[in-house]
Amino acid sequence: MSLKSTLCAATALTLVTAGGAFADAHSATITIATVNNGDMIRMQGYTDQFTAETGIAVEWVTLEENVLRQRVTTDITTNGGQFDIMTIGMYETPIWGANGWLVALDDLSAEYDAADILPAMAGGLSYDGTLFAAPFYGESSMVMYRTDLMEAAGLEMPTAPTWTFIREAAAAMTDRDAEINGICLRGKAGWGEGGAFITAMSNSFGARWFDMDWNAQFDTEAWANTLNFFKGMMDESGPAGYATNGFNENLSLFNQGKCGMWIDATVAASFVTGADSTVADSVGFALAPDNGLGKRSNWLWAWALAIPAGTQQEAEAKQFIEWATSKDYIELVAANEGWANVPPGARTSLYENPNYQAVPFAQMTLDSILSADPNNSTVEPSPYVGVQFAAIPEFAGIASEVSQEFSAAYAGQQTVEEALAKAQAITNEAMEAAGYR
Amino acid sequence: MARSVTPRRKLLNTTAAWAIGLLIFFPILWTILTSFKTEAQAIAAPPIFLGFDWTLENYRVVLERSDYARFLWNSIIIAGLSTLIGVAIAVPAAWSMAFVPSKRTKDILLWMLSTKMLPAVGVLYPIYLLFIQLGLLDSRAGLVVVLMLINLPIIVWMLYTYFKEIPGEILEAARMDGATLPQELLYVLTPMAIPGIASTMLLNFILAWNEAFWTLNLTAVNAAPLTAFIASYSSPEGLFFAKLSAASTMAIAPILILGWFSQKQLVRGLTFGAVK
Repeated sequence: MSLKSTLCAATALTLVTAGGAFADAHSATITIATVNNGDMIRMQGYTDQFTAETGIAVEWVTLEENVLRQRVTTDITTNGGQFDIMTIGMYETPIWGANGWLVALDDLSAEYDAADILPAMAGGLSYDGTLFAAPFYGESSMVMYRTDLMEAAGLEMPTAPTWTFIREAAAAMTDRDAEINGICLRGKAGWGEGGAFITAMSNSFGARWFDMDWNAQFDTEAWANTLNFFKGMMDESGPAGYATNGFNENLSLFNQGKCGMWIDATVAASFVTGADSTVADSVGFALAPDNGLGKRSNWLWAWALAIPAGTQQEAEAKQFIEWATSKDYIELVAANEGWANVPPGARTSLYENPNYQAVPFAQMTLDSILSADPNNSTVEPSPYVGVQFAAIPEFAGIASEVSQEFSAAYAGQQTVEEALAKAQAITNEAMEAAGYR
Repeated sequence: MARSVTPRRKLLNTTAAWAIGLLIFFPILWTILTSFKTEAQAIAAPPIFLGFDWTLENYRVVLERSDYARFLWNSIIIAGLSTLIGVAIAVPAAWSMAFVPSKRTKDILLWMLSTKMLPAVGVLYPIYLLFIQLGLLDSRAGLVVVLMLINLPIIVWMLYTYFKEIPGEILEAARMDGATLPQELLYVLTPMAIPGIASTMLLNFILAWNEAFWTLNLTAVNAAPLTAFIASYSSPEGLFFAKLSAASTMAIAPILILGWFSQKQLVRGLTFGAVK
């Protein structure tokens, strides 16, 4: 074949391919952007049943959490119309709802029983009293601990421990020779990683991100106490390199028997008691610690399904959301995979079900969720909604930078005081630029 | 006079080359090995190198969950066409710069390369809006154009370098024999620069295959290539390293095989003109 013919063939192929790309999709097909986690992947496996019941085909775009966040944010802010349903969290929902970017879910059917959604979840996924996203699953954070190590240390975990007890227990359980770290916590930079943990922890120490005039509060004693306590405890009893550990790193350590305690998302309970865990038979649960100031250090989060305004398939999208977040879906998963594998933390009725009450971490998950209040998360009054975040558009960017400074302090690259001073400057500067101050 | 190499030195050099080669290849090897482990074995500490129960379960799960063929086809089309079109545009551009340079040629080359220094995210929104207006979102045609454009400076630079090695007198002779410009490009220049063009195409194909910013941000379902396939197995909340490794192995396998079979051509092209 001559070079000329090759070029002609290539051009023809381009045109054919480009044309194919514009081919119209099936009219009853909805596209869903979602996050890659166990519950969401499980749901994808049951999608055929939804299609069989309704005739609506479903296309999935599954992405890693941070990629998903960037992808759906770009699409919704430009009205790109790539997705009929987006999986978003408690941070995005009230902001996007306020901007009119989401379809209100205020006309869900009577059978759906929207009143059954846990109040904490409904509150965090609403704006001005209107629900904008339906929770697929919800989570808080709690203490997961090794009952055998706790017993060997001669201690007993209270149902609602204090930070002082946690630190003492961590020190008692630490055995460096046996590679056992008393406590594993997130130190990794990122507003959804170490940033989320330290913010939730700071609530229990009486700290807050902003005062009522949106001034940063990192120059307060409460923040210094939070960071000094965290670093002191982790240096004493945490794993080496904890400044770069996130959820997965700690899960791996815990499952290999290298953590005495781990304070993290309640959804981790099914992992640490699952088949891949070497310590599944000796795991206990307790509420996230407090400091006697009236606020615990647990967060509140939900992965929820929302419909972007402007979708051409609003009715079909609502139909899917009603199916995926219904009581019937929970029953479907339970029947096929057991009650421990149903999506937790979204519906009140789940926790009233005797079958689910028998799951070891069910009650503690519910208690943790109920003890978090996104509208009143700090000891002193604050102007923002959210427990481990402030639901303002600027927060993700600011908190990512601040958490980098904190991680640098954990790693010993700067002092806690230096990290807090930088955090104060970063935050005030950003808030001023955004017009809050 | 050529230097003699002692057997000891030869052994040392060979050992060092193998050690460096293995070190560079180790992450890929580890990914391939992990893809045959269970999730528990994938995170075991100390890590298990070979003494594990080999399983194909991860591949079964990945193939069951994802439409691998669709992602693969999109990757082939996007990387292939962006390379072909890029070279078709770059050959005449590099010809003019190499054989009929102006006093601004060097500046233009540098300016073209400087466009690669702009962080992609800086132009995400304008390009996204443009794609919405043109109806190009989630289309292979859109991605072909974008990837062709972002790799074009490198293609032009590489071809320019190769063309500079070809004596201009040969082209002049062809012109004197009555060759038109297209004939000169097609029948004189291109055959002489085949090694350079081939290695440029291979390199550009690899760059386009691995591109993971635009391919993730401008696609959803129809045009998503293998980079999106890998991204769907990455998770910050959940240990799915074995499945992620299986997906990664499946994504890199075609390009590894292509690289393996064309390594002679690739090395020849990349070292073209290096030894005189």
